[in-house]
Amino acid sequence: MTRTTTGQKGISRRSLLKTGAAAAGLAAGSGAITGFPTIWAQNPITLRQFGTGVSNLNAIAEKCKEDLGITLEMTATDSDAAAQRAVTQPDSYDIADIEYWIAKKVFPAGVMQPMEVYRLKYYDKIVPLFIDGKLTPDSEIAQGTAPHTVGFVEAQGSATFATEPTDWLTMVPTIYNADTLGIRPDLVGREITTWADIMDPAFKGKTSILNIPSIGIMDAAMIMEAMGEITYADKGNMTTEEIDKTIEFLIKAKADGQFRAFWKSFDESVNLMSSGEVVIQSMWSPAVAAVRAKGIPCVYQPLKEGYRAWGGGLGLAAHLKGARLDAAYEYIDWYLSGWVGAYLNRQGYYSAAMETAKEYMSEDEWGYWVEGKPAEGDILAPDGKVMEKAGAVRDGGSFEERMGKVACWNSVMDEDRYMVRRWNEFIAS
Amino acid sequence: MSATAEHSIAEPTPGMKRRVSLARLAPYLQAAPLTLILGAFLVAPILMIVVVSFWDYDFARLYPDFVTYNYTETLGSWVTWKTYLNTLKFSAIVWALTLCIGFWVAYFLAFHIRTTAMQIVLFLVCTVPFLTSNIIRMISWIPVLGRNGLINAALVESGLVPAPLEWLLYSEFAVVLAMVHLYTLFMVVPIFNTLMRIDRSLIEAARDAGANGWQILWNVIIPLAKPGMAIGTIFVVTLVMADFITVQVMSGGQSASVALIMKNQMSLLQYPAAAANAVVLLVLVLLLVAGILRVVDIRKEL
Repeated sequence: MTRTTTGQKGISRRSLLKTGAAAAGLAAGSGAITGFPTIWAQNPITLRQFGTGVSNLNAIAEKCKEDLGITLEMTATDSDAAAQRAVTQPDSYDIADIEYWIAKKVFPAGVMQPMEVYRLKYYDKIVPLFIDGKLTPDSEIAQGTAPHTVGFVEAQGSATFATEPTDWLTMVPTIYNADTLGIRPDLVGREITTWADIMDPAFKGKTSILNIPSIGIMDAAMIMEAMGEITYADKGNMTTEEIDKTIEFLIKAKADGQFRAFWKSFDESVNLMSSGEVVIQSMWSPAVAAVRAKGIPCVYQPLKEGYRAWGGGLGLAAHLKGARLDAAYEYIDWYLSGWVGAYLNRQGYYSAAMETAKEYMSEDEWGYWVEGKPAEGDILAPDGKVMEKAGAVRDGGSFEERMGKVACWNSVMDEDRYMVRRWNEFIAS
Repeated sequence: MSATAEHSIAEPTPGMKRRVSLARLAPYLQAAPLTLILGAFLVAPILMIVVVSFWDYDFARLYPDFVTYNYTETLGSWVTWKTYLNTLKFSAIVWALTLCIGFWVAYFLAFHIRTTAMQIVLFLVCTVPFLTSNIIRMISWIPVLGRNGLINAALVESGLVPAPLEWLLYSEFAVVLAMVHLYTLFMVVPIFNTLMRIDRSLIEAARDAGANGWQILWNVIIPLAKPGMAIGTIFVVTLVMADFITVQVMSGGQSASVALIMKNQMSLLQYPAAAANAVVLLVLVLLLVAGILRVVDIRKEL
């Protein structure tokens, strides 16, 4: 239905030109120029993608249209709304761009279909972190909803996650990162080495944590454990006693005036940091970049207990079939083929297929973002602005150093509802 | 009964019957548009909220059911009570401040400005800030009140305080300040309206009878302005009770209001819990409004 409307609407000078160009490309090398056999511009297909907004980037949609002729309609929501939409309106999307912990909630509802491994061109290029949970053969598997634990199902139509890699992927990983605390090195006045430092009385009234329960509780857990208050069996799946203990600790810290504010959105965290209201807080990597872009020093401080990691991927809606399913597979192959990976790497995230992304990055970019080497020239943001001057080194170092020190993955707990209720009490207290 | 009455009237001629029943229908027809609008956009949604407040839910779905634990969880939690008290406290403080400020602004406009043209001009000046959005007026306080903001910078530079005042921003003070700023106009307008309707000869009579300025204000103007104050009060109290964004932004997420709890619950998709909270809040606000209407007869105004 969407197809016909798009087709009719699409008869403009622009699309004619584009189709013409595509036809010329076809004539020149039978489509071999892009490496993708089908030129969808001749048979327009629209894929509706919704997700949490991290990778819902217009640049990706534009490039996808250019390379594949597939029109991407992107909708960004917050993670809770994404989980709800994935389950309750399965016909409203073709591709779900969601985090792995959301997939843990959503996939068992039977609204998505697994992907056949042999149909994915770049399956072998996916970093092993998403296959068996290990970045290198001897690394330890982190706590929480590690992506590989919800990455496979036993068979088509199955809704139980497999314990071992199978031929059926629930989602193709696309984007992930290791999160830590952001600090103002000019205002903290000392070295920050541990998550426990956020509770230092010296920073009373100058700290903040994020008010998104499922992520905030994990940051709190990292802090609690670093302080030696508690040792969790699994930070990503707390018992009610562990939740109670964590929340009571937070309530007490709040009553003592340790926190300046709680932030909920990206821009709030940027403003808190750049105005100097807080000097140490939970932060996301693009927010650190945004503070630095204002010329204010801000460091994404590596801490000895390790990082809290998150990962997202693309999943297919159960209703996809035929040409649209083929187009979705093609889109996913294109996603892993390098251009998008390089784009995400340049934003400070990581691509799931590092090898292919490398081909689209300059040696200096690869050295700075992935290998942890000092930049030889200026490092540019995807929009061409200077992000880092020559000589800068990425906080936390190389890809292996950062992703190798993941202590815990974002997760969904069995006691989710109880945790959310207690978290609300903390915020209201 | 009405059917038989209609029947007996309808007896004489068919033409007359049509005219009479049309005349009977007319008031219903006249009331129909408003009834339909209120029914569809007020009564039905409220009924829906009441119904949903008894439903069960998980992270993604609502399950039609009849469970009461949305209410027992809400009313049985110390957080709810604390939050309601907090919200009532904000309402009381903001109400008192907006009433004082609003009354004096309205009084000045009504009695000290001589020409109607000037009154209208100044009244419009009062509304100018309201041409920008709520959010902008609120957020513009942040660079003023912040740790390195205008006020703190000025105080520290001038040596009045040794260190920046922390309580200016992300505090209850900030919340009250922003709310007073946002809502005072809602007090000014109805009070100004009632003050303009006061018959000036009443004031002359009071003066002839020997009353001084304060006595005139206390015994003549304020009693006559009560309906305006009551309407302003209803506006301000309901606005403050339902506010979440001012509380969230100005307290930096540190303070809670009832609506903010609801918003948190909704963003976590716990609609039934939020619905139960909404019903409790609605009952409370209706009780407050009923209380105000018992004290002041606002029909005089209308």
